[in-house]
Amino acid sequence: MASEAHGAEEGGLVFHPMDQFNIKPLFGGDHVGLFTITNATLWMALAVVAVVAMMVIGTRRRAIVPSRSQSIGELAYGFVYKMVEDVAGKDAVKFFPYIMTLFMFIVSANFLGLLPMSFATTSHFAVTVVLAMAVFLTVTVVGFVKNGVGFLGLFWVSSAPLALRPILALIEVISYFVRPVSHSIRLAGNVMAGHAVLKVFAGFAAIAVVSPLSVVAITAMYGLEVLVAFIQAYVFTILTCVYLKDALHPSH
Amino acid sequence: MASTSTDATSHAAEAASAPGMPQLDFSNWGNQIFWLLITLVAIYFVLSRIALPRIAAVLAERQGTITNDIAAAEELKAKAVEAEEAYNKALADAKVEAARIVAEAKAEIQADLNVATQKADAEIAAKAAESEKAIATIRAGALASIKDVANATTAELVSALSGKAEDADVAKAVDAQMKG
Repeated sequence: MASEAHGAEEGGLVFHPMDQFNIKPLFGGDHVGLFTITNATLWMALAVVAVVAMMVIGTRRRAIVPSRSQSIGELAYGFVYKMVEDVAGKDAVKFFPYIMTLFMFIVSANFLGLLPMSFATTSHFAVTVVLAMAVFLTVTVVGFVKNGVGFLGLFWVSSAPLALRPILALIEVISYFVRPVSHSIRLAGNVMAGHAVLKVFAGFAAIAVVSPLSVVAITAMYGLEVLVAFIQAYVFTILTCVYLKDALHPSH
Repeated sequence: MASTSTDATSHAAEAASAPGMPQLDFSNWGNQIFWLLITLVAIYFVLSRIALPRIAAVLAERQGTITNDIAAAEELKAKAVEAEEAYNKALADAKVEAARIVAEAKAEIQADLNVATQKADAEIAAKAAESEKAIATIRAGALASIKDVANATTAELVSALSGKAEDADVAKAVDAQMKG
């Protein structure tokens, strides 16, 4: 009873689940300018380091029979390459480095964000909106460059009855412009929600009686978050491939 | 600084950050976007310049090695099949040859046997004829002897019974008797 009161007094039950997403300058000061090195900068840099470690250092021996680290790099390569080829088609393979960049960044950032005391860069809309807008703009530009005005055929459902087509076209246009919104919010929302829930469960651990349950819940939630970290990167990438397929082959 | 004032500032900061999400604080979006773009460009160059060509080369090389190995294995397999066929053919040839040799030997032996049988038959026939001839001679000799003995015996018997015997009569009687 006493410890409970004590814990509550210490602020154990005052939850700050969103504090982990605060962006703080690393080297003093409060002001976050354009070039300020913040915790977000640090964890983005670590994502680059992780990608380099996985894809460059791991494969440095170029062995015919791969070592374990090389297998990981080859696995990631094969995974995304096959996804691009299967979903977006053979002619989308030239976009493979871009899609691979997106996938490697998101997957690295998601997993790095799961480290205790780390900062999840992909939980910020600023990051995911840029990623989603990059995909949206690329797909739109590629669509018009490849197909010209024919790209607008994407919105004209030729298989539907003529009377319905204008309505469907309106719906298609709306859904097309909602894509970057859902694309970005899905990723950031999933990561943010998972981390916030972990923090809330951790807050309950301040109550001695509840803390074992809290630890179990955090463990289970963490397992789920590991899954989410990969699945969200996968979903983001495969949706990019789907959008790219629309741009390359706009006919329904 | 008084503790109350720090409390107040922290409380104020709390109040500022607690209801809203840091994600919606647009004042730091520029910073994040700037560093994100640098991050993405860095990852893109690392991947497109170093990692992806390297992995593609390794995978292609491995594919080539595998293809070559499979081709070599297929070649060896074809060779093995060929060798087996040659072996089977040799075996069949040898069997045919063996059968031919056996038949030849059989025929030869049969011919030899026939010749030997014929020779033996001829010899036997000759021997038999010779023997028959000898037997005939002996028989003739024996008949003559029997006649002589019969004549002598008859003459003796007649002389013993009647005291006197005419040789010519005796011979005549014996002849008659032997013919009958």
